[in-house]
Amino acid sequence: MKWMWNPRFEAMDREDLEQLQLERLQAILHHSYRHVPFYRNLFNENGLGPGDILKLEDIAEIPFTTKEDLLAGFPYSFFAVPLAKVARIHTSSGTTGNPIVVGYTKRDLQYWAHLNARILMAGGLGERDVVQVSFNYGLFTGGFGFHSGAELLGATVIPASAMSISRQINILKNFKATALVSLPSHALRMGYRLQEADIDPRNLSLKVGFFGAEPWSESTRQQLEEHLMIQALDNYGLAEMGGPGVSYECEYCQGLHISEDHFYLEIVDPVTGSVLQPGQEGELVITTLTKEACPVIRFKTGDITSINYTPCECGRTLARMSRVKGRVDDMIIVKGINIFPSEIENIVLSFKELGPNYLIRLHREEGLDMVEVQVESAFQDEAKRKILEKKVCEELWEQYALEVTVKVTRPGELTAFEDKKRLVLDERSI
Amino acid sequence: MLKVRGLKVYYGSIKAVKGISFHLHKGESIALIGPNGAGKSSTLMALSGIAKREGEIILEGRNVVRFSSHALAELGLIQVPEGRQVFSSLTVEENMLLGGFVKRKDKYWIKRTLQSVYTLFPTLAERRSQLAGSLSGGEQQMLALGRALMGDPRILLLDEPSLGLAPVIIEEIYDTLRKLRQENSLSIILVEQNASLALEFAHRAYVMESGNIILSGETEMLLSDDTVVDIYLGRAQEGFLE
Repeated sequence: MKWMWNPRFEAMDREDLEQLQLERLQAILHHSYRHVPFYRNLFNENGLGPGDILKLEDIAEIPFTTKEDLLAGFPYSFFAVPLAKVARIHTSSGTTGNPIVVGYTKRDLQYWAHLNARILMAGGLGERDVVQVSFNYGLFTGGFGFHSGAELLGATVIPASAMSISRQINILKNFKATALVSLPSHALRMGYRLQEADIDPRNLSLKVGFFGAEPWSESTRQQLEEHLMIQALDNYGLAEMGGPGVSYECEYCQGLHISEDHFYLEIVDPVTGSVLQPGQEGELVITTLTKEACPVIRFKTGDITSINYTPCECGRTLARMSRVKGRVDDMIIVKGINIFPSEIENIVLSFKELGPNYLIRLHREEGLDMVEVQVESAFQDEAKRKILEKKVCEELWEQYALEVTVKVTRPGELTAFEDKKRLVLDERSI
Repeated sequence: MLKVRGLKVYYGSIKAVKGISFHLHKGESIALIGPNGAGKSSTLMALSGIAKREGEIILEGRNVVRFSSHALAELGLIQVPEGRQVFSSLTVEENMLLGGFVKRKDKYWIKRTLQSVYTLFPTLAERRSQLAGSLSGGEQQMLALGRALMGDPRILLLDEPSLGLAPVIIEEIYDTLRKLRQENSLSIILVEQNASLALEFAHRAYVMESGNIILSGETEMLLSDDTVVDIYLGRAQEGFLE
């Protein structure tokens, strides 16, 4: 109970929790049916009424909502309250075309702050902490989400927002931040910059980092923890669900506790859509249970994970999802093996001599799919690089039975990719 | 202690309650609020076994949805009906003893409880041998409540206790209820059309509309909810509602 913000819900008896989920689900289905034409049509077209959901499992009868559905509703078609009742608007970070627009009522904002306070308190934060929020403020959900959570917690908040690495480090140093909230890749760059500038991270006050908004691996965690001398914790959220706050790690780092009192999560087969058993890996589908302004029913996130319902040592009864392995669309199928870039990254970056930049290139040779991994090393010496190449090849074969060619480059030969999507270069269709 | 899941209640051939779910902890008071015909009273009638129902009513781990009204009363689900409904041609005390029917074998218990109800409502003690029909509206409501207490309730089902009563009497009734739940850790399900009264009294509330629960939460939260305030607490701003 020590590091729980809402112990009443975070450590709730499972049966009581499921009752609460059912009650909230029924209410949100009625709310959506009455106020969002999309959902009214979705129900009617499928011969369903919101009152047909009598137990939690019945939710499987409702069709999914996709990103395309939400995009088609641009900007306000999915709002379930009049604009006069909307207190705030954020959007997804779509790079092309219209983003997904998300509204919050006053109550939505209150709940959101609580959800973010849960994340921070699970990492041991309290009112004595100084939290540097290095997420972009603005339409992106990350900055304001964590900001409100940290304020509610009573911590001192530094709204650093998105600025250059060197300025972030200056703030970290001068303002004696004890916690950092950022993209893992951003934090990693801060770590490397500290090293280059010969700053000993032990001289900083930083003790914990909260990382999310992009998938990251266990080896990245190791690197973050070593370079910044912190505990690195994962959290998960997405704009469609209001931003950060869906799930978060506790100090045991054995999966991300889902705020199940606010979200109902299912794992489905990405192809058939059928609901999978606990522990099975598949696509994450989320239903909001408390959102007034923008309720979303059975949203296909495209994220691959699994859910574990066994109790956690920390005392939370909230189920845990495994760290997101990748996106359904990112899954690479090579010679019949399904693999995610994150799995390759995990192996490659587990070698201390390698990284941080790497590239996965998919190409075709004589009709066969080939994978080439290019990764940066600390070595100029070719012989040393050759040995590393062999080791990485062996490890990938050992772990995933994946045959790859590995190219270990000199330091600085691969440029840092700002856009995470470019980590995979698929030349097969060209 | 009580978990209700997917409860449907029929009023003749009409489905008055369409598969609602709610729960009640020991010692807790919850309120069902909403407009006339929302299904609030039908829900209470299902819990006391009077109305035709299906779904799950889990009382301390056991599904009692098929239990008779008599069996439910023995388990402590006791209703105080709307509009008092006392037996007007019987005396106050006879009414009270009828309420103690399920405990009739325990003479000592009956005697002791009768005494404590009279202590709670001195007016009833004064009028114990008067015909119930001669009581005022407020006194009849007290009698209805006292009669329910004689049934040794674990969950008291209250249907519109404020109906047709003067404000000062309403206050008295609610003060007594507060005392009861504090001293006896009585669990209460309250149905009220007077939403502000109900939200002030209960710990949590469920908002019903045409047989469904459309919103629920801590009463504190609901009292700060614009929609609830606008629609149920009668502070609607003209021209705002869709």
